Formats: sequence, structure tokens, C-alpha cells
Amino acid sequence: MKDGLKIVVCAKVVPKPEEVKVDPETMTIVRTEVENELNPACKHALEMGLQLKDKHGGEVILLSMGPPLFEGFLKMGIAMGADDAVLLSDRAFAGADTYATSYALAEAVVKIGDVDLILCGEETSDSSTGQVPPGVAEWLDVPQITYVSQLEIGEDGRLRGKRSITGGHEVIAVHMPALVSVEIGVNSPRFPDFRRKRWAEREFELKVWDIGELGVEPEMVGLPGSHTSVDRLIEAKSPERLREFVEGTPEEKAKKVYEIIKPYLQS
Amino acid sequence: MVLAVTEAPSPEDYRGVWVYLEHDGEELLNVSLEIMGKARELSDTLRTELTGVLLGSGIGHLARISMEFGANKVLVVDSPILDHYSTYAHTKAMAELVRARKPEILLIGATHDGRDLAGRLAVRLKTGLTADVMRLEIDESGLLVAGVPGFGGGILAMVKCEASRPQMSTVRPGVFAPLEPDRSRMGTVETVEVDVSEQDVKREILERVVEERVDITRAEHLVVGGLGTGGDLTLIRNLAQLMGGEVGVTRPLADEGYVSRDHQIGTTGYSVRPKVLIVAGASGAMTFTSGIDDSEVIVAINTDREAPIFDHADYCVVDDLFKVLPPLIKEVRGSRE
Ligand SMILES: Cc1cc2nc3c(=O)[nH]c(=O)nc-3n(C[C@H](O)[C@H](O)[C@H](O)COP(=O)(O)OP(=O)(O)OC[C@H]3O[C@@H](n4cnc5c(N)ncnc54)[C@H](O)[C@@H]3O)c2cc1C
Ligand SMILES: Nc1ncnc2c1ncn2[C@@H]1O[C@H](COP(=O)(O)O)[C@@H](O)[C@H]1O
Repeated sequence: MKDGLKIVVCAKVVPKPEEVKVDPETMTIVRTEVENELNPACKHALEMGLQLKDKHGGEVILLSMGPPLFEGFLKMGIAMGADDAVLLSDRAFAGADTYATSYALAEAVVKIGDVDLILCGEETSDSSTGQVPPGVAEWLDVPQITYVSQLEIGEDGRLRGKRSITGGHEVIAVHMPALVSVEIGVNSPRFPDFRRKRWAEREFELKVWDIGELGVEPEMVGLPGSHTSVDRLIEAKSPERLREFVEGTPEEKAKKVYEIIKPYLQS
Repeated sequence: MVLAVTEAPSPEDYRGVWVYLEHDGEELLNVSLEIMGKARELSDTLRTELTGVLLGSGIGHLARISMEFGANKVLVVDSPILDHYSTYAHTKAMAELVRARKPEILLIGATHDGRDLAGRLAVRLKTGLTADVMRLEIDESGLLVAGVPGFGGGILAMVKCEASRPQMSTVRPGVFAPLEPDRSRMGTVETVEVDVSEQDVKREILERVVEERVDITRAEHLVVGGLGTGGDLTLIRNLAQLMGGEVGVTRPLADEGYVSRDHQIGTTGYSVRPKVLIVAGASGAMTFTSGIDDSEVIVAINTDREAPIFDHADYCVVDDLFKVLPPLIKEVRGSRE
């Protein structure tokens, strides 16, 4: 292995789920005044990358595809400890589904070059597909370990990841370069360092690559490069509930609840 | 462009609905049976065959069961290489089958392994994939329209894949119902060879632990604990057991390892549909409540009268769960004696 690890962390900025509303007239998503955040799972991926760097040395590079508004959030990642950030930003990237997204991200990984490990979040909170990570791994033809809670490099130089599977977990080993998707909630992402934050905001310049710089064909990215299209949006309304408040002492409430559920228990 | 791209055949060459049948070596996962139920309906609408695809080692016996649950045909790839799921070998085998047989629709359970496979396979096949879908329909032109939840479950995007094939979806567990198994359903079983070898596995399993296989999606009664329990699920367990039901949790409790991920409800867990669901100490995040919406009756217990969970409950108990659950357990126990 060379000196330290070169780690790319794929990160996306997403609207906070509670803030997203659908315009009932047009059935489109209202994005104005929505508060954004770094996607939670991506933050855990970044923390995992920083921990590996703390242990083995090397560098952590943030990679994101999205509009210029992502910049501020990537700088927060820099303040947390990432060394560099690349933002793929171009109108031509807009409207990408997971196929076109994973292609663009994979091309960027190739361009960054010499990468040992790509870390992703298990899924984004806006599209929650979890498809981008395996997609990127396939484009790059590298092994993947998805839904990982613990990650280390074994003495044999292979990557070992503990991943959750139906009913339990498995620990698998693969050769690097490899891609790992990180589960939500597996670590506590560190706070941005105050001094780094000032530096990131004032002096640090992230790399912004348009499609020319990335060197890809327009028909391979964005809407033209996508295989799926949204036909229409439906607001997934929760069914109306009775919302009846049960009052009294805890014992009285328990009794009332029991009377309510009793008929269902006997059937 | 650095990465290679090749041309695919045209959509008209593809016919039939396929379901990837995930199993644990002994039994088919429920999600596979659920998808078969829905896929049977889609196949009937399209007037085409429903094929189940079984990959594994020593899994021939599962073919018969697949037909009882609706398949006209089962493709079996039986190889020791495919004993446990591996990304490379399973992707390679599936890609070879799809290229040779050309199904128009391919459905896979949105389990961790299912999603690991589908995301990779879709890129290899250069086709569209919709994730974690909660609705499946066929439109007038015979295209699959998949309902993909977004933004924490608040919105369903109806998504199509018009030009490429197969139209792939991963399907959320617990959303569709399996058919009643019917022993008189007939079909054909075909054993197929694919070109996979030891070199295609490309990973080594160092440890594998499968502790329990609970299925909260089928439970008639569920008692669900959130962070308000502080991780102490004793009362939740007791009540669930007395009610003859199962234990469910919000995501943070599964993250912390108090119970396995199989108990987790919500967009990144399971959707449930019990007759009675009692939820204690959960705030009611949308990612959680979208998983309980199909319950018949919901009772919520929370110390905070303003907690959003009460908007999703039929009966709202504003109180400390540690004070209300013990007498409730007493009541239920009393009735059992
Ligand atoms: C991409 C993504 C996917 C997610 N997927 C899921 C998912 O599938 N499922 C899921 O559940 N979450 C999911 N989450 C997490 C979700 O956003 C919430 O963080 C989580 O559901 C909160 O869990 P909780 O209600 O148990 O905890 P909290 O929100 O902390 O709520 C605890 C509640 O307990 C009450 N309480 C405290 N003490 C008591 C007491 N003694 N008696 C009674 N009540 C008490 C409090 O008033 C509070 O309302 C996801 C998050 C992300 C970002
Ligand atoms: N536009 C994007 N830019 C960078 N990374 C992304 C993007 N979209 C998805 N990812 C990565 O893929 C993971 C899973 O996203 P998804 O497949 O959309 O649920 C995220 O946690 C990110 O690591």
C-alpha cells in the first residue's frame, strides 16, 4: 500500500424531510424556503472516512453532484476535516436518475485518480434509493460492501466491513479499491473545527467541474442519461385517525385502552 | 468518457415478468412471496408468464413452493458458488439470465441483499431501476408504473422506465400480500447453468450471524417502543408476548442494537399492518409513521401532548409509558387467566 489511503466520500445535500411540501395545484415539490442539510447517511460516511484517515493517514475528498448551493455544505465537510471537495455542477447534470448520477460520480472518481476507497451513505433522505452506491461500484468495476456499520483494514491489506443482512450481520473482506455504503446512525459525526471553519469559508476553494471538465458526453448525464422518468407525484397522505384522547390516572387510562383493544385480542 | 457503454436490444424483444426469489437456503423470504402475489396480477394484466428465479445451492425444493404462490415457471440455478449472496457472482448470474431470456419486468425485494444486487445489475444491464416501491401498476400502453416514496415517505413519485428493459424495481417488504398457497397450481421448473466460478465471488465471508427471523410484517398485534423507553424494552416485550404479538421499534433503537433490524418499522425498515398497534415513547417522525399507516387501530403513549405521533393515532394517551404499561399488562394478563 502507498502512503496512507485516498478516500472519496460521496455526499449529497438534501432538504429536511419535514419541510418538503407538494403544491396541491401543480403537484410539484415546493422548494422555496426549504431548509437543507448534508444528507445524514453521508455525514456518517464522512465521519467513517475521517476515522480511517486518523488511523492510516492519507486524504479524504468530498465528491458531490448538484447545484452551486451545495458549496456551503461541502465547506462544512471541509471544516469537519475533509482535505478537498469536488462539486460536479452544470445544468447538463440536472434531472439525473440514479443511473446517470452513478455514472457521473464514477467518472469523477476516475478523474480524481488513484482512489483506494469510495464511501457513500446507505441512502439519501430525499430519494432514499440506496442505488447510487452499487451503481458507482459497477461503473468502476470494484467490489462493494453495502449497509456497513464497522470498517477496518485487515493485516492482509483487505478491507473488512460488517454489514447488516436480514436477521443478522456478516463480516466480509474485499480487495481495494472498493466502495462501501455506510449505515445511518453508526457513529457520531464530529463537529466542524472552529478555525478550520473560518478557513474553509474564507480561503478554501473547492473544485467545481462542469461537463467539459469532467469529460463526459451530454447524452450520458442528467435527464438524457437517465432511464427512468417521473410520471406524476402523489401526496402519500396518512389515513385520518380518530385522535381521541384517553384521560384519567395511569390505571384508568390502562383500563380504557384495554377495553378498546380487547375485541381485537379475542378474534 | 472513460467508462465503456454498449448498446442494448429494443423493448419489444422483452416479454414476461420475473421475480427474483430471495431465500435463506431453507425458506423463501416473505418479501419474495409478497412480490409474487403482486406480480401474478401484473402478469395477468399483461397476459404473460410469471417466472420466479432461484439462485443458490441445494435450493431445488423451493421451486415447488414458488409455484404454489403463483409462478408459472421457475428458473433454478443451483451452484455451490451461489450458496451465500455475493455481489459479483449473483450479479453475473442474473445478468446472464436476463440477457438470454429478456424479461420485460424484473422485481426484487428491497432487502439489503436485494438492493445490493439490483443497484449493480441495473447499471450492468443499462436499464432503469425504481427503488423501494410501494405501488405497482400497468398503464394503458403496458408500461410498469412504480410508486417510489420520497422525502421520508410523504410523497409518492410514480415513475416509468420507457425505453430500456427490463423495467426493474425493488419492492418494500410488507407492502403487498402473498396469495394463498394453492397446491393445485402447476408450472414448469427449469434448471439452468450459468457461467459463474470461484473467481466471480470476489469476497470472503469472515463471519456470518443470523440470530432470529422475526417477521413483524405479518404480526396481528404489535407493541412498538421508541427512544422514550430509553432502550429498556422489558415492558414492551411483556405486553407483546401477552397479546400474542411482536415487538417493533423506531430506528434509533435498532441502530443502538437493542434489537435486530428486523424489528424496525419505517421507510428504512418494514411497513406493518397489524390489527392493533400500541406505540410508546416514539415522537412520530414521518420516516417512522409511513410504516404504520396501514394498521387497523393505533394507540399511542407519549408524555408530550404535542408529539406528532398523536396525529397518527386513534387513541392518544398522554402519560409516562412506565406508568401506563404496567397496569395495561396487568389487565391483559388478567384476561388470559
Ligand atoms: C434517511 C432516514 C431514514 C430514517 N428511517 C427511519 C425509519 O425507517 N424508522 C424510524 O423509526 N426512524 C427512521 N429515521 C429516524 C427518524 O427521523 C427519527 O429520528 C426517529 O424515528 C425517532 O425515533 P423515536 O421517536 O424513537 O425518538 P424521539 O424522536 O427521540 O422521540 C422520543 C419520544 O418519546 C417521548 N418520551 C420520552 N420519555 C417518555 C416516557 N417515559 N413515556 C412516554 N413517552 C416518552 C418523547 O416525548 C418523544 O416524543 C430515519 C432517518 C433518516 C434520516
Ligand atoms: N448527487 C449526489 N452527489 C454525491 N453523492 C451522491 C449523490 N446522490 C447519491 N449519492 C451517494 O449515494 C448515497 C445513496 O444515495 P441514494 O442512492 O440516492 O439513496 C448517498 O448517501 C451518497 O453517498
